[in-house]
Formats: sequence, structure tokens, C-alpha cells
Amino acid sequence: MAKGECTTQWSKTEDTCSTLRNRKAFLSSEKQQQDSQPKDGDNSQTAGHSSKDGTQSSNGTSAQWTDRGTDPPRKETHSSVLLLLVTVLSFSTRLYKIMEPAHVCWDETHFGKMGSYYINRTFFFDVHPPLGKMLIGLAGYVTGYDGTFPFIKPGDKYEHHNYWGMRGFCAVLGSFLPVFAYLIVLELSQSRTAALITATLLIFDTGCITISQYILLDPILMFFIMGAVLSMVKFKQQTHRPFSAPWWLWLVLTGVNLAGALGVKFVGLFVILLVGLNTAWDLWGLLGNLHLSLVDIAKHFLARVVGLILLPLFLYVTIFAIHFVVLNKSGPGDGFFSSAFQSRLIGNNLHNASMPEYLAYGSTITVKNLRIAGGYLHSHWHLYPEGVGAKQQQVTAYLHKDYNNLWLVHRQDENNSEKASQSGAPDLVRHGDIIRLEHKETTRNLHSHLHEAPLTKKHFQVTGYGINATGDANDLWQVEVCGGRKGDLVKVLRSKVRFLHRATGCVLYSSGKTLPKWGWEQVEVTCSPYLKETPSSQWSIEDHINPKLPNISLSLLKPHFLEILLESHIVMIRGNSGLKPKDNEMNSKPWHWPINYQGLRFSGVNETEYRVYLLGNPVVWWINLASLGLYVIMVAVASVALQRGVPLDQRRRGRLHFCGLRGGGLLLLGWLLHYAPFYTMGRILYYHHYFPAMLFSSMLTGKIPEITENICDSCFISFFFYLFHPLSYGMRGPLAHEPASAMAGLRWMDSWEF
Amino acid sequence: AMLGLQLPLLVTVQINMELLLLTLLAFWTRLSQLSYPNAVVFDEVYYGQFVSLYMKRVFFIDESGPPLGHMILAVGGYVCVCLCVCVCVCVCVCVCVCSCAEYPSGVCVWSLRLLPAVCGSLCVPLVYLLILELRLTHCTALGAALLLLLENSLIVQSRFMLLESVLIFFQLLSFLCYLRFHNAPHSSWSRYCWLLLSGASCAAAVGVKYMGVFSYLLLLGVACLHTWQLIGDRAVSHVSPASPHASSVTSSHVCVQCVCRCVCLLLVPLLLYVFWFYVHLSVLYRSGPHDQLMSSAFQASLEGGLSRITQGQPLEVAFGSQVTLRSSASQPVPCWLHSHKANYPIRYDNGRGSSHQQQVTCYPFKDVNNWWIIKDPGRQELVVSTPPHPVRHGDIIQLVHGMTSRFLNSHDVAAPMSPHAQEVSGYIDFNVSMPAQNLWRVEIFNREAESEVWKTILSEVRLVHVNTSAVLKLSGVSLPDWGFRQLEVVADKLNKGHQSSLSWTVEEHRYGTSQEQKEREAELHSPTHIDVDSNISFWAKFLELQWKMLTVKQEESEHKYSSSPLEWITMETNIAYWLHPSTNAQIHLIGNPVSWGVANLSLSAYQLLALVYLLRRRRGIKDLPDDAWSQFVAVGWLCVGGWAVNFLPFFLMEKTLFLYHYLPALCFLFLLTPALLEHTHSHLCLAHRRALCVCALAAAASVFLSYRTFCPLTYGRPELSANQLQDLRWRESWDILYRRR
Repeated sequence: MAKGECTTQWSKTEDTCSTLRNRKAFLSSEKQQQDSQPKDGDNSQTAGHSSKDGTQSSNGTSAQWTDRGTDPPRKETHSSVLLLLVTVLSFSTRLYKIMEPAHVCWDETHFGKMGSYYINRTFFFDVHPPLGKMLIGLAGYVTGYDGTFPFIKPGDKYEHHNYWGMRGFCAVLGSFLPVFAYLIVLELSQSRTAALITATLLIFDTGCITISQYILLDPILMFFIMGAVLSMVKFKQQTHRPFSAPWWLWLVLTGVNLAGALGVKFVGLFVILLVGLNTAWDLWGLLGNLHLSLVDIAKHFLARVVGLILLPLFLYVTIFAIHFVVLNKSGPGDGFFSSAFQSRLIGNNLHNASMPEYLAYGSTITVKNLRIAGGYLHSHWHLYPEGVGAKQQQVTAYLHKDYNNLWLVHRQDENNSEKASQSGAPDLVRHGDIIRLEHKETTRNLHSHLHEAPLTKKHFQVTGYGINATGDANDLWQVEVCGGRKGDLVKVLRSKVRFLHRATGCVLYSSGKTLPKWGWEQVEVTCSPYLKETPSSQWSIEDHINPKLPNISLSLLKPHFLEILLESHIVMIRGNSGLKPKDNEMNSKPWHWPINYQGLRFSGVNETEYRVYLLGNPVVWWINLASLGLYVIMVAVASVALQRGVPLDQRRRGRLHFCGLRGGGLLLLGWLLHYAPFYTMGRILYYHHYFPAMLFSSMLTGKIPEITENICDSCFISFFFYLFHPLSYGMRGPLAHEPASAMAGLRWMDSWEF
Repeated sequence: AMLGLQLPLLVTVQINMELLLLTLLAFWTRLSQLSYPNAVVFDEVYYGQFVSLYMKRVFFIDESGPPLGHMILAVGGYVCVCLCVCVCVCVCVCVCVCSCAEYPSGVCVWSLRLLPAVCGSLCVPLVYLLILELRLTHCTALGAALLLLLENSLIVQSRFMLLESVLIFFQLLSFLCYLRFHNAPHSSWSRYCWLLLSGASCAAAVGVKYMGVFSYLLLLGVACLHTWQLIGDRAVSHVSPASPHASSVTSSHVCVQCVCRCVCLLLVPLLLYVFWFYVHLSVLYRSGPHDQLMSSAFQASLEGGLSRITQGQPLEVAFGSQVTLRSSASQPVPCWLHSHKANYPIRYDNGRGSSHQQQVTCYPFKDVNNWWIIKDPGRQELVVSTPPHPVRHGDIIQLVHGMTSRFLNSHDVAAPMSPHAQEVSGYIDFNVSMPAQNLWRVEIFNREAESEVWKTILSEVRLVHVNTSAVLKLSGVSLPDWGFRQLEVVADKLNKGHQSSLSWTVEEHRYGTSQEQKEREAELHSPTHIDVDSNISFWAKFLELQWKMLTVKQEESEHKYSSSPLEWITMETNIAYWLHPSTNAQIHLIGNPVSWGVANLSLSAYQLLALVYLLRRRRGIKDLPDDAWSQFVAVGWLCVGGWAVNFLPFFLMEKTLFLYHYLPALCFLFLLTPALLEHTHSHLCLAHRRALCVCALAAAASVFLSYRTFCPLTYGRPELSANQLQDLRWRESWDILYRRR
């Protein structure tokens, strides 16, 4: 059967006419296989196959198994024994020394802390979706961790705190990876040798062990990724029994795993893409099957839409719903979100607060910038220093609550708020109105003029100017509600407001840059001549005090769930793209990863400490790299040969079917999807980002007969695992660049630092 | 035009009048009154600066693109000089384009803008020919050419000293040549000339702007596909003509053909691309404003600048040498290891303590305090022995600061700004049991490429502190006021791999001769002399320049007229290029709204149609005969593919983008519209053909009308009144300026 698929895969690019033909051949070949009488589909090519060869998977290597004369029942037991072996080995390598070191390692400081936040129900912000941390928190909760350990920095001792549950949970999920890989390769290649090789590679990879043993998101993410691939492969196997119970089961499981992967990290999008492409290809095949009626195809299509789009989407949204319900107390993440959002959180000063709904003249207000962690518009008695624009009072953005954040709203012509307010209810501020903002503490007006701003040289300086609120024409600002029309009211917390400077036409802007010492390291505020609507130029009215107006409860302004969902995604995406590598800081480049150029220090720096170093088993990784190259070359040569119609001998063709492209392409695509996008990412990258891709390349390695034949005894790999195991299970004593160290001979690359 | 030669000497000339007329019209629209406005318009400031640097032969880096584009513009500059000489206008006036806002003479303006305008005009006939190569009719070709001819934004962009029209020209040319090659009969060798030309124009497109890479990739993809079909064609023999099925013509062997294609489309463009740099580097041999970004070795190869200082320096650094050490990191600024008579404050603002020894910093300006003397720990003298004893990889040295005679020292005290690293100081003994730790081991990083001996400029050296094995490093943080805002230097133990901030090169160098401190100070103040030559090869220069161009980060800049890719499709924003200083005459980059609408419409129509066709074919229903289908597909890859590769990559870019970045993509869409119309005419609307023709004519007429309407904003004249300008503001978001009278 592989023959048919082979041609199809590699003639995709040919004109559709021939694709159509090949496609038919493929389908018919698949049909033939259903009859459990597997013969090679393309008779003209593989007529020479013996029936014995046919019943086994049609490859050269598995012939060994055949030759040992295994009859079906014994094969079954073999299978389960092997599976059991893989499982036991996998669990034992991951759970060994799980409690060591008894201090916080590397990113445990983040994810452990976030797990604790769930237990304490305090709100926090992270750039990843919440599922991973929720599961960590749950695992901790179930195993009796009380959420009191602060996780301040790596190296802190756990002491009496109960951390085994969280580590153990991650390790258990990590232990499933080799098992899943075994099953996937077994399913794809029907060869137990190949599956066993893959499992060996993963079981004895120091990197996979290390990354599974700590409180991290990666084992959880990889569990879902592999789960999704496994369910997808199993689902594909059910092709001949559509709409049966197992068919539905695997479809739904694929969807669940996809939701899980995306719920842990946005990297899960890559596996969604993989499954999506595979499903599209599958549907394309069904569409070409002229025996199926359009109704059947529509059924197939709808089933996949439900199972792979709607269900994961629903689960993903549910995860967020749980996240927001659980975290209902004010915490360190408040500042990242809008004021309206904060009014939901118990303990935040906006919670259960009440204030007038619409902005009015004479009110005292605080104005908050809408960029993430944007500060309040702030001023203080200090002046800009000599040489920084005009020597007038500083205006900045300040992240904390302060009485210097208070401003009074005035009409452009009136000087004293008292005068107007004596005559009944104050007027409301409307879109397009021209106002003056007086700083309550210093009685200066918010002012701008054609001097360059202190840090952003293309913008204008914003100052406090005037005495007792008497200034000049440069103190006038036009209020603009984003998306509003003339006459619209300004709603507290909810409206996005821009302040346009009347005289110069610029817009009040917070650049996010920190001022030097003279500005108390607060954030620069400028007036930008570029009128683009960005969060930096949008502000919201947060506190609003006006005794003349009736207060409403802020709970009326609480955002809708979908708004919260949208806002948290915007904040996460901005946070992700904000993680820029700093200059002069060594950061990991994607090309470092497959060659195992440099690891990550998990714990310990100097000789006396307990050191753990995340580094893949170099032999495993280099074999993976080599087999990747080999695979590409083999496929290229083979497809050229096929395209030219070169007659191939029996053995070669068998080999071709094997790497063929039976799923090999799927694994290669998986590797590419999990690796290539990192080249386009501007954010800071780490070595551990490669691990999902590494799983795919290990599975691919198992499928290449040349490699499989040469190293089929796993002793080879386990020997190198034995050499490198201190990387995962911890080492003490001198560093490896000193000859006295036990690891001295193993520092094969200068860039390794264990 | 076709030209046939017959015997006896009879010359028959066939001229396609349509083509000729289109070309003439294109020249007329693009070239008429080219020297108006006689002022620097928009980005001409930017390009003009480079042109003038070319004229002065001064080296520069422009990280926005490879040098070919600038060179083409500079040709205009040379033409200008020639013309100036001819008309006896002072040459130097013409050259200083950048310095004055108004171009000095109409002649120069004309010649500088000539080449982009010619390229822009030639795009029109190219489009015509391209459509014909797609095996579509003359009417279709005429339609596409008309759309291009009457596109206001293309006219504006080609009438100034800007590069888009040049880029578009080479992109279209490469596709035309490739199609010529593909459609030519398989037996002729001459078709490889077309392929060669195609490869060359790809290289030119990439050489003008990096955006050209994407259309080059599209062309390569298509070529791969065609080659793959060729490989599958079993009628063509493998290698030898001996094969029974093969035709006798030698050119049709698969291997030969594949190799030829590879050479023409891969090797030739690559070599040409390098060639542009070769010309660039050999033309620009003088030092200039961007020297500082390059390595010392590169700078030394330029005339003037560093080479004037380093000329005559001894090559090998010896014990007793007086040197300045430049950090190899060019971030945040290039700087030299420096020390001065000021100590670290006893306590920093955050309460941490320091050693209170003499500050060691990195200083971005030349200064006498940048001089250090290399001392042999075993000897007392600070002069070079005869013969000089060169420093080699692995040698232990001490570094003595020339003016203050302090030893470069490091110890286990946290550095001022980067507390994880060690402080580096000029050692002062305060008798506080803080012994001197001033031994440094020299590690020459590029000793494989250069030599074991420490060489001026060429060797990249790491200084490893002997006591702690920390490495001298530029942390890149600036010190506060007590450190005069100079850059912090630390010794860092965590030295991961090769980082430019860890390595230092000797830039200025002389053999010290004076033993006494006073004499030495005088010596340090005096200029250096002795002779040495340090030439680096073209390849080294090319690689360095290319690397710098790709990695130098552009300042995140805002611009009033910048826009995001999504806004381009609907032409949400315009760009005001020029406004007459006193009247309402102005030039804007605004496209022809009707053409844009029609183009967008045809894009979505094509996608819809393609989807329907594909699904139906999959279900075994063939709506189109095979040749019509393959033509439909070919139109798709060229037009929709060309549009996609020139548009979609912008979504991933983080730089400031403008409407004119969309123009290459737009050109490909203009090819699609008439092609789709013809497809509809011959396969879909069989019943309403006449109505279709009428519609097409009406569309063409409205394209022409809207072209006429926007002409005043395209050519900058005639001047319009405020009311007329108001009327032209078809979209709320357009920014059209007018003076109130």
C-alpha cells in the first residue's frame, strides 16, 4: 500500500490530472488493506512481493521479526511485554531522584509560584494560557501542598513544604512521552523495532528526563502534543470504520488534546496546524473518492469540524472561565489589565467601589494609560532639569496609587471649579470638548509645547505650567472618545479616551521608557505628533470623584466574559512580543538547538552546589540530526527515481516503502512545524523550546531502516546515557572544564557548561 | 517588434503598433516635465545622500537594502555630472545634492530622476509582453498595460529618485524571460539566453531591495515544478543520446538540462549579487560616516580615517607596546578601553560597596587616556626590547595605563552596574588586604585564521584574568554621573561561547621607547608613525558588510504617513510627497481608486473561482478543457502568487511600512484583472459576451476618468483650489493639505 501513498505524496506538485490518478490508486490500495489481506496496492510495481512479506509490514528490517517465526498470539504478547518494558523504564528513569535537588530550580520559580497562586486564588498575569499552571496547582492541592512557599528565586530551599506532588505530576506526564512515541511509531510503521528504537532514544535522553522532572510547563505541553498526534494516528487507523465508537473516541480525544496543548502554551498552535493539515489532506482524499456521496462527505466534514474545532474551542474557553472564576482575589497581575477588569477582583480598590458614571466638569480624576502596565498620569513639584526641554514641572506616568495622580477637569475658559459648580449639577464632558486638566496638588495645568521630549526625541515635551490653574493656550486639550462621535459621553473605566493638544495637534502619549534619576525613574509622558490609535496614546478615567453627581456601583461596569477573554489574550500576546532579547545578552539561537550546541543551567553554578544541566544526550541528538538529513536525501533520491521510472530492485523498494512514506512525511512535517517558526520569532528564545520538535525527529529516526539496522541494540544508547546521566540526576564537585572533574572527558563542546 | 533578415538583403520589419504606442504613452506619462518640482521630494533626501556619497567615493552602509539600487541612482548622478560639464555648469554644485533642499539645476534633477522613470515606463510594455507569454490575447494584454499605464501611484513613484519602479521592472523582466524560456521550443539552445537573463534580473531585483528575494523564490519554485515535470517526462533521455527513446538533439538530456537551469537560476544570480558588492566596495574606497560600525580591519582598508592613523604601525604586538584596545562589539557604540584619574565611589546609590580603586571604562571617543602599555610580568621595563619580543596566544601580560601608570586589575568585588560580574579597576593599594590581581592571559580567538602572534587590528583577543579566569567584557551599560556616563567594563565568569563583547582588538599601536613617565606621556600625545599594511580580502569585507547590513538594528521610528499592510488593500492612507511652498500645488502617493477596486475584485473572484473549480474537479466534474485549466493555473501562480509573495511577508516585518511597499504586489494584481476577464469571456459568460465587453469598456473608461481626476495630485500641477482638493478627498482618512486663503 505504501507505494500508492508514496507516489501521491511526491507528486502533489504535479498537474492535478496525475494526482487524481494516483489518488485513486492510493484509495484502492487502502481498501485492499482493509480486507486484512494486505497486498501492495500498485500491482504493476510490487507484483513480486511474496504473500508472507505482504502480511508483515512491507519493509526490509521487520523481516528479522518475520524470520524468527512469530505467530500472531505470540506477537501480541511480545507487543504488550515490550510496551510494559518501555513504560516501566520510562517511569523509572523519570521518577528516579525526583525529590532532588530540594530547592527551586530554574523556572520552577515562576510556575511553582503560579501554582501557588491558584491555591491561594490570587490573580496573576502570565504570557502563557492558564491550563498548565492550573494543573500544577491542582496537583499541588491534591497532594497536600498549601500554597505558602513563596518561590522567590532559584536556589531557595523547600524545607518542609510539600513539593513532590507538583514535580511528580510533571514527571508522570513526562513519562508518557516515550510510551506515546512508541505507540505512534508502531502505528505508523507497523515495525516493533522502529518503535523500540524511538522509545529507547527518548527514554535515555538526558534532556527529556531533565525537562520532565521539574515543575515546568513543558512536560505538560509535550504530553498533550504527543497525545494529539497519537489520537490522530489512531483515528486515521479507523478510516475504514467511519462513525463507529472508536472512530468517535479517537476524534474526540484528538480534539481534547489539542485544546490541552493550546491551553498550556501558544506553541500548541503548531500541533493544531499539524492536525489541521493532516485533516485537510484526509478530507481532500475523501472528496476525491467518487464512491462517497456528497452527503457522506458533508457528514465527515461536520464531524471533524465538531471534533477538531468546536470541541477544542469550547474546552479552551472553559479553561479560561475556570481561570477567572478561581482567581478572584487581587494579586500581582492586576496592573496588567484594564481598570474595568480590576473591578472584578476582591481586594482591589476598584472592587465594589462606586463613582459617578460619566466624566463631568469639576471632577477629580485619575487617568490611566492603556498600554500593559501603563501608569497613571502623574506630576510632582520637581522640574525638568536644565537642558531637557523647558525647565518646567515634570509630568510622568507612575505605576502606583498616589495623591499626585489626581487631576481636576476644567472647562477651557473657566478658572475655578467652584464657580461653575455652584449652579446645580455639573455639565458632563463630551467627545470633542476642549478641557484643561489641573494637577490637584500643585495647581499646574497639563501643558505641552514645541520642545522635544526628554527621551523620545520626535515627540513634544509635556509639562505642568501656570500658577493656580492660570496658564496659556497651550494648556488646552481636546477630549476624544475612541470610536465615538461628537457629543458622546465619557464613561468611567470603559471609554478609551485620547487627549489631543489644541495648539500643536499632538496626542498625549506614554512612551513606556523610564526616565533617568532626575525623573525618579518614572515613565516618560510625551505628546506624540503621530495620531495613530495605539494603547500608548489611549487613556481611561479610573478614579472619579464628584460629590455633585450620583454614584453608581462599579459592578454595573464589570466587563462581559468574552470581553475579559479578549482582553486577556491581547495582554498575553503583547506580553509575549514584549519579551525581547536584550542587547549584549547571550541568547539561544534556533540553529543552536538541533546540534545540541548549548544547554541550560537548571540549578547550581559553582563546585560545591548540586548542579543540574539541561542538555540532550549528544549521541541521541546527533543521531537524530543525521537521520533527518538521511531521510531527506533518501526521499529525494527515491522520488526522483520514481519520477524517472527507474526500475528498482525488491530490497530497495521495500526500504522505500518503509521510510515512505508511511507517516514519515507526517513526522517530518511535525518537526518542521515545531521548529521552523522559531526563526521568525522576535521574542527571546531558549534551548528548551526545541523539545517538542525533538520528539518528532526522534520518531523519524526510528523509522529509518539504515539507522535502525545499525544500532538496533539499545545498549549503545544506554551506554551513553550512563555516561551523561549526572547531567540529569545532579552532580557535585569540580566543573567539567577542570581536569579533576568526573565529567571532564565528556565536555565534547566548549559551549557546554556543566 | 519583429525583425527578419532575408537574402538578398531585404529587411522586413514587423512592428506591433499597440506595443509601440503603449511604450510611447508610458514614456510620456512618466518622463514629461520630470524636473518639476525642482525640490527634494520625500525619500529623495535619503537616497540623494547616498548618491552624493557615491560621487565622493565615501564608504557607507545602508541597512535597508543591497547596493545595486543606490548604484543605479548614482549612475544618474554621474550622468548629471557629465551633463553639467557639457553645459559648463560647475560640477561641484551638482554633486552636493544632499546639502541643499532645492536641486541646484534642472538638468541634475532630470538626470537623477531619469533612470527610475525609464524603468517605470518600461514596466508597461513588459506587462503587455508578459500577458502574451501567458498565451492570452492582445486585447487582454492591452487591458493590463492600460491599467498599469494609468495607475497614479506607480506614476508618482517612478517620477522621483526612488527605487520601487526599478524593483518592479526587474521583477517583471525576470518573469517575462522565464516564460519566454519555458514557452520556447525545447530543442533550441538559444532559449537558455532567456533563462540566463531571467536569473540576472532576479539578481538585480534582489540587489535593489531585499523584497526581491520573495519573487525570486516564487520563480525558483515554479522553475522547480517545471523541472520536476521534465524529470518525469520519460521521453527525455537520462544522459547519453544512446538511449533508444531519446531524440537525437543533444540538448534534451535531463541531467544537462537540470544543470543548465541550476547554473542560470542559482549560480549566476548568486555571483551577480556578490558582484554588486564588489562594485560597491571598489567604488567606495574612502572612509566616511559609517566607519565606526565596521571592524578595525575593515576601517583600516578604507582611505583616510583609521588607515591614516594605523598606517605605519608595527604589525606584531610586543611586550612594551603602547596600544589602544577597541571592543569588537559595536553595540551600543564602538568604544575603547579607557581609564582616568577618578575612583569608583566608596558606596553606590543602592548601598553596595566598591573597591574605591581607579575606574576602568569603555570610552566612545579617541582620547589619550585610551592608551595602555603591555608589560611583561617578569620585567620592569616598559619599552620594547630589540629585537621585539612579540606576544603570543597564551602569554601572561600586565596592562599598564599610559597616563596614570595603574595596572589593569580585577578582583572578587561586584561590578557597579552588573553585580553578577567582577569589577575591573586600575589597581591602587589602599593597604586593606586587597592584593593586586593584575595578571591577564592573552587568548587570540581567531588564531586559526590569523596567527598565534598578537597582530594589530587583525587579531581578536580575549583577556582572561589569571586569578579568577573571568574574561574582560564590555557590559554595554552606561555608568551614572560619577563615571561620566561612559560604558561599564567588567570581568565576567559566565563567558558563553564567542561573543563580540568579550573580544578586543588593538587599533593604534606603537613600540614604546621612553622609560620615564614624563617622556612617555609626551610620547602618548604624539601621533603614531611607523609602517605596516593591513589589507583584508574582498571576501572578508563582503561577508562583514553583508552581516552588518542584516544585523544592524534600525531605530524603531514612527512616521506620520506610515501604515500597516492591511490598510494598503483598501488604500486607507496616502502619503503627501510634496507641497509647494506657497501655493496649493502638491503631489501625493494616491493610487487610482477604480483600478484598485477592480484589482481587489478580481483577486477575490479568482480565489473563489479557483476553489469552485478545484472542488468540482476533485468530484470528477471537468468544467474546463485541459489547456484552459493549465492556463488558468499559470495565471494564478504568476498573478496571485506574485501578489502574495510581495505582500504577505510584510505582515511579519517589524519595520516602519509605507503604502509604496504595496506597489510591486499591486502590479501583479493588475495582470490578473484582464486575464480573468478573458477567462470569463471565453469560458463562463458565453451567453452575455456582448454585455461583458461593454462592462469592460466601461471599466476602462472609468479607470481613465479617475486617472484624469487625480492627475493634479500626481504631477503637482495644475494647482487646485481648496474646494477642488476637498472634492478629491474620496476617503475620510486621506490627508490632503490645503492652505486657507
